[in-house]
Amino acid sequence: MMVILEWLSGLCLLLGGVLCITGGVGLLRMPDFFSRVHASGVTETLAAPLLLSGLLLQMELSLDSVKVIMILILVLATNPTATHAMAKATLHGGQRPLEFANDKDIGGDGLSKP
Amino acid sequence: MNYLPGIFNYLVVVFLMMAGFYVVIAQGNLIKKLVGLGLFQASVFILYITMGNISGGRAPIVVEGVTAYSSPLPHVLILTAIVVGVATTAVGLALAVRIHEAYDSVEEDQIHAEDIAADEALMDAKTTGREDDRR
Amino acid sequence: MIALAAILLSDLFAVVMLFGVYSLLTAALFMDLDAVDVAFTEAAVGAGVTTVLMLSSLHLTRRWEALPRRKPLLGLLVIGITGAALVYAVLDAPLLGDPTAPVHQHVTPRYLEQGAEEVGVPNLVTAVLASYRGYDTFGETVVIFTAGLAVLLLLGIHEDARMRPGVSAIGDQVVLRSVVKPLLPLILIFGLYVQFHGDFGAGGGFQAGVIFATAFVLYELVFGEGSARAVVPPGWLHRLAALGVLIYGGVGVYSLLAGKAFLDYSALATDPVHGQHLGILLVELGVGIAVFSVVLLIFYAFSGRSRRQ
Repeated sequence: MMVILEWLSGLCLLLGGVLCITGGVGLLRMPDFFSRVHASGVTETLAAPLLLSGLLLQMELSLDSVKVIMILILVLATNPTATHAMAKATLHGGQRPLEFANDKDIGGDGLSKP
Repeated sequence: MNYLPGIFNYLVVVFLMMAGFYVVIAQGNLIKKLVGLGLFQASVFILYITMGNISGGRAPIVVEGVTAYSSPLPHVLILTAIVVGVATTAVGLALAVRIHEAYDSVEEDQIHAEDIAADEALMDAKTTGREDDRR
Repeated sequence: MIALAAILLSDLFAVVMLFGVYSLLTAALFMDLDAVDVAFTEAAVGAGVTTVLMLSSLHLTRRWEALPRRKPLLGLLVIGITGAALVYAVLDAPLLGDPTAPVHQHVTPRYLEQGAEEVGVPNLVTAVLASYRGYDTFGETVVIFTAGLAVLLLLGIHEDARMRPGVSAIGDQVVLRSVVKPLLPLILIFGLYVQFHGDFGAGGGFQAGVIFATAFVLYELVFGEGSARAVVPPGWLHRLAALGVLIYGGVGVYSLLAGKAFLDYSALATDPVHGQHLGILLVELGVGIAVFSVVLLIFYAFSGRSRRQ
């Protein structure tokens, strides 16, 4: 049982680290604002909770683990909201996603800026 | 330089301090100067906390079974310093906003130039007024 | 690295954001150096409040720095000389983690050994802040109050007809409203937890006051100024700020009237350790109330100011 927990926790931590790296690479290399914001959203919403649950599996149930659970719920709740707010603000400012903007057939208006 | 790891923190502190100092004295935008001041303040905090650290010690909260604690005295001083720093930053930003309303600019050079121009206009008005009185 | 980028950029929005990241990294550095209370305060204050205030003032002034900049030569010369002098001075500094450094020699061992018994509080930083060095903390609270006064004098709090409850620039954002509404009570409870648990873990009056204020700032950002001013009217905040300082000073004056020194907590109860507990509780409460009301006051002043073209 303990061995399964340790393996699971190691897997979560490893996966969380890999997602952090891909999120960072995506933030730097994606061509368009909206894909970049999606990359950072993945880092925050999936990688951070995975790392936290990896740590959680290594702790025994105590006050500290309850605090980590609360932090996990907070992170899961606030980060998608922040990503949504950023994307909506950009749309409000006039930018459009890359593909649709330059293709007039689908109703784009050429307003995209990478 | 075999003790470089021990003083690495201090070299980082000096670098950040000089960066903040440079922004304050050499750049003209008032809000950027306040950011530079903030950089400077944070570097001073790092200096104090580094001095208070003990390797192998723990945070200064008394727990069972731990004997080596980092010193709480620098922590207290820096807590005070952080809060006072944000208070002064707030007042500085309020001043910058008022200056912008009065001069329509937050660039130091432009504000100086406007002040000098206003002074010269005042001096011209005074001298022409005196000539009129004498006539 | 971040500092260099902050110097070279001319888009002030980016500079302010980088400064927020810099504050957060400094908070992480403090955690690594075992300074948990300081990291907490730096993260809340530096990365939170300062960034919001700077963004408000950017909105009220200009976002872009005017180029061309001045010639950097004289400035570089000055910092070169000063930097060289400082590096020379630093070579003599105590090494990181050295237990024989002068800091740990004189007063610190007394605090570490006798703090827990004399004051009865496990968090030694709170013990030193509120009890051993209570005068400094009183001065700090008065400084915060004065800063609030100064900002009020400079900017004032404007109430105009545009600020009706229910009107908000981003008030039609369903996702933001439905996430922020349940989140606010949790933030407030966390603020209360930090205030009263500051004796045992990291925390205390300053951090709690800032967290409390951030909850109301978040409310104002999402739901609009009118709703926020309906919830916490500015007139209350003036009185609350004064009340915070008054509680702190009142504890001191009570000790004077009881025949002991100013802020001597043993005058508060028959058992000295109980007196210390009570004194620290009251004092941290005063600090928390003062910090909360001043931070919210400053934010109201900035957000109520409209751009005059």
